Amino acid sequence: MHTALLLDMIADAAPDRLALGRRAEGLTFSETRRRAHHAAAWLEQLGGTNVAFVGLNGPALPVAVFAAGMLARPFAPLNYRLPDADLRKLLARTAPSTAVVDDDMVARLGQVDGVTIVSRSAFEAACKVHGDCDAQFLDVDHDIAVLLFTSGTTGEPKAAILRHRNLTSYVISTVEFLGSEEGEAALVSVPPYHIAGISAVLTGVYSGRRIVHLDAFTPEGWVRAAVEEGITHAMVVPTMLGRILDVLETTGESLPEMRAISYGGGRMPLPVIERALNLLPHVDFANAYGLTETSSTISILGPDDHRMAIYADDEAGRRRLGSVGKPLPSLEVEIRDPDGNVVGPNQPGEIYVRGEQVSGEYAGKKVIDDEGWFATNDGGFIDEEGYLFVEGRLDDVIVRGGENMSPGEIEDVLREHPGVADVAVLGAPDDQWGETVAAVIVPQGEAPSTDELAQWVKARLRSTKVPEVWAFRDALPYNDTGKLLRRQLKAEMAKDRAPA
Amino acid sequence: MELKPGSRWRSAVCEAEFVVVRPAKTPVSLECGGQSVIPHAEARDPSAAPSADHAAGSAAGKRYSDADTGLEVLCSKAGAGSLSVDGRAIGAQEAKKLPSSD
Repeated sequence: MHTALLLDMIADAAPDRLALGRRAEGLTFSETRRRAHHAAAWLEQLGGTNVAFVGLNGPALPVAVFAAGMLARPFAPLNYRLPDADLRKLLARTAPSTAVVDDDMVARLGQVDGVTIVSRSAFEAACKVHGDCDAQFLDVDHDIAVLLFTSGTTGEPKAAILRHRNLTSYVISTVEFLGSEEGEAALVSVPPYHIAGISAVLTGVYSGRRIVHLDAFTPEGWVRAAVEEGITHAMVVPTMLGRILDVLETTGESLPEMRAISYGGGRMPLPVIERALNLLPHVDFANAYGLTETSSTISILGPDDHRMAIYADDEAGRRRLGSVGKPLPSLEVEIRDPDGNVVGPNQPGEIYVRGEQVSGEYAGKKVIDDEGWFATNDGGFIDEEGYLFVEGRLDDVIVRGGENMSPGEIEDVLREHPGVADVAVLGAPDDQWGETVAAVIVPQGEAPSTDELAQWVKARLRSTKVPEVWAFRDALPYNDTGKLLRRQLKAEMAKDRAPA
Repeated sequence: MELKPGSRWRSAVCEAEFVVVRPAKTPVSLECGGQSVIPHAEARDPSAAPSADHAAGSAAGKRYSDADTGLEVLCSKAGAGSLSVDGRAIGAQEAKKLPSSD
């Protein structure tokens, strides 16, 4: 199945419903389809085999996604926050292509061989042309729908390939067609070059829910848009949720129309989600875990799971608030040890996933095994009732004298100390143990002593997990989708520790 | 008829429309309201009506599957006719309501 078909179906079923944008200037589903057709006809004339997108969120994004789909041209949204030179390098990798670029970003790109650069305003004008468009579009199932460049912290960014069948399989197996009620609206604040930004477009359209894009996230802007636009659904990354709650606490705003907030893309600190559940008791919270290579969500901790966990009086029940819930019924998840054997409940290992939505493919490289399994490079375990826990990237695991330790567990404990605002735990080189546990603390008010923090950890975890190296900082480095930049922090720590 | 994934069809005897989600393992005939479905691009005879045996209706958003052949279709527009494969009525899958995650 083809992504453009999702729009076609909803435009037939609910032509006059608002699809995109704010109420005052919103586009209906049939108008969105009409514009996507015009955009496709225009892009076709401009040539290239890919459609690149360099710009902020907005109605032009879904129109461009579906237009590229109609042309069976891979859509490549690029990270406009990259330095100019890196952005130009990525854009060059999309050649031969046509790139739709925000007007105020065009000058940053200059000339790139094999890339036709068009401004967003020219693109939007071409979409708005009146009348019907009789262009014929290809209906090819196995073509590439989206190319997403990974953040490339370990070298050149990799281009993850998502095919039409991966994305449509995800959409139709997780979302009910036209399942949204009239008047529902989703606030999307994740950027276009993030998998959640793409999947939000596809699932929003298929469910018949209006999409309101926030072009750049600020917590005040998010709350204002939610109130003004009667937002009922939203997806946020953990750092966003914490800042939104701060605004709600300050202003007393209670978001009465909000029904559901999902979060994902990083580890959610328990104090933040507990605060959210208390501040917004009428909202259904869902924790979604997924990867670019899996077309977004593969496991969800649902609203009832959240409520059960927060009221649970047993440790296993409460612990589930830190899980990512149960895998989607449309796919399979396994935990394997380093030798590739599937392990039992509560045994840690690497998370493997198999299903139609899983692409596990990069430009020039397929990383799925013969049986269709994709190794996520995330460590985790599944408890006795089937709840999946993600412990973080396997690369981040600290190996101290043969013992494997995941930073997340130690971070969670430290974050609950009243004197800790934020924390990162990582491995530091150690002559005796190979690696030792290091903690970087952002204090809340006056910094607690390292002795006190060490005691705090020791009282709650095994003594081998107590950090031996401590550092204090004003802030930790995060990328714009809320992921802690551990490697950057590690490199900075190593520099600080190096003898002068 | 070649029921390819993503291909669109309409009932010959009612308003219903369908999209093939998963193909059948062997060639089959898909009927709605007792009559073979027709390609989406074709117009139907507006005077035709579903036969009484196949008039349980098709609901928009529901997925219908045939366990025998693996065929799975999605109803994209509701109609009075119900689906059958080679004359055998096929049923709707249980909807699995998942929380919104995007």
